[in-house]
Amino acid sequence: MLDATLFAGQVFNGFSLASLFVLAALGLALSFGLMRVINMAHGEMLMLGGYLAYLTYLIVPGPAAILVAMPVAFLGAAVVGGLMEVTVIRRLSSRPLDTLLATWGVSLILQQAARSVFGPIGVGVTAPDWLNTGFALGSLYFPSTRIFILAVAVAVLAGLGLLIARTRLGLLVRAVNQDRMMAAASGINTRRVDLAVFCLGTGIAGLAGVVLSLLGPVTPSVGQSYIVPAFLVVVMGGLGSMVGTTAAAIILGLVSALSQIFLDVSMSQVLMLLFVIIFLQFRPQGVVATRSRALEG
Amino acid sequence: MESLLNMQGVAAHYGQSQVLWDIDLDVEKGGALALIGRNGVGKTTLLKTIMGVQKATSGAIRLDGEDVTRQASHDRSRAGIGYVPQGRHVFPHLTVEENLMTGLSALAGRGKGLIAKGIPGHIFDLFPKLDQIRHRKAGVLSGGEQQQLAIGRALAGQPKLLLLDEPTEGIQPNVVQQIEDALRRVRTELGVTIVIVEQYLDFAWSFADEYCVLMRGRTVRRGRTAEESAAEVAHLVNV
Repeated sequence: MLDATLFAGQVFNGFSLASLFVLAALGLALSFGLMRVINMAHGEMLMLGGYLAYLTYLIVPGPAAILVAMPVAFLGAAVVGGLMEVTVIRRLSSRPLDTLLATWGVSLILQQAARSVFGPIGVGVTAPDWLNTGFALGSLYFPSTRIFILAVAVAVLAGLGLLIARTRLGLLVRAVNQDRMMAAASGINTRRVDLAVFCLGTGIAGLAGVVLSLLGPVTPSVGQSYIVPAFLVVVMGGLGSMVGTTAAAIILGLVSALSQIFLDVSMSQVLMLLFVIIFLQFRPQGVVATRSRALEG
Repeated sequence: MESLLNMQGVAAHYGQSQVLWDIDLDVEKGGALALIGRNGVGKTTLLKTIMGVQKATSGAIRLDGEDVTRQASHDRSRAGIGYVPQGRHVFPHLTVEENLMTGLSALAGRGKGLIAKGIPGHIFDLFPKLDQIRHRKAGVLSGGEQQQLAIGRALAGQPKLLLLDEPTEGIQPNVVQQIEDALRRVRTELGVTIVIVEQYLDFAWSFADEYCVLMRGRTVRRGRTAEESAAEVAHLVNV
């Protein structure tokens, strides 16, 4: 019989993995939902966030370093994302395949740059003491790092939801999303809205990089290991829907964690891929069908 | 009279196909011009070209003396052009109030605090229905309500020039009258200059001071509605 403690533990791990997936995938979903851009360099924004966290730890050591690193990584990745949008993506906006290739090129350049600056071997970020604890519930143990990552994901989702639903920028994003031509004819600078959303998406990836650095070393290719599940989450979520992205991240996180009760990690990855393929056979529109280029619903 | 909109030698293409040839137009401040013609002669394209939604491939477009030919659509909106397209194009998943608020974007750069002031009261005065349904999603409204919303959204940007593409098309007759009355008030009370594409000649004649007939992408006849009857040009418009 299945051990209930093991099952509950894996459910927690599933949500923990889902929180990483959602942080890695939200930016992709945002830029794809609004601009139909597939940013192959999105993983490198995670990497950048990780290295910025490392640098912040060197400059501001101490228990609050992680709290300083988060805004630093968000802003740093957002600025680099903004530069990429202005110099590459905007100029190729009507050529999606070229955008794909160009952002892949940016991804290679950023990886090599990281290799040249920080070396091929990863750098470590030590979690502050207050994250090196955990609490036990019966025979279950919940590490603080994992709970922290979950809290960050929930905070990011709530913040993004509020931004989209309650602010003027959110209103403009929704308008551009629904009818780009009419938004422009109503006086909305659609290019500026695109830029803001792209910066926001890459900034969130930067944040994801900070929390990833708590789990393992930051390497030049750290983003690559999360980009594939992030793409899976975006596709399964319904290409651009925030609710769909979150739901898909939870489903895939749980599938991956629960399958590890019976399978090793590699087989569980195979199962996750198979699951997505079969899911899309039955529901090609994803968890949430997007009627327009949609961030809502 | 001073002209608000001036077009000289304007041409437009869809890909390789030319759809507008050598358009010259002049609309005086506070005036109303009706663009008429059969289906597919380029009336909608002409409005799109004025709005900047469609690129002018040659010629010049001036608004109040300022050359806007190379300006992006949002800059033309901010310069004072309001647009009510065919099919209304309301934002379906936004509420009525949110739709109207998007129109305030045209006020950017026209003075501090204008956007923060919110939706101008005269829009609800012109279209009281919009006030009653302000929290409903635009996608579920009737055609007439959506048309009132599309006009209200364009007026929220306080335009000098309003482009209307068949504002009464596919709308219940009782609502058509309300829209016509509101548009007359937009002219007389708000002093907005209007270019209207209208198939319904009686309304075009009673509303506009001038008409312009388009045929195969060219202007073929112009005149003042007070000096000729609609019947005299009907053969150029009806199939």
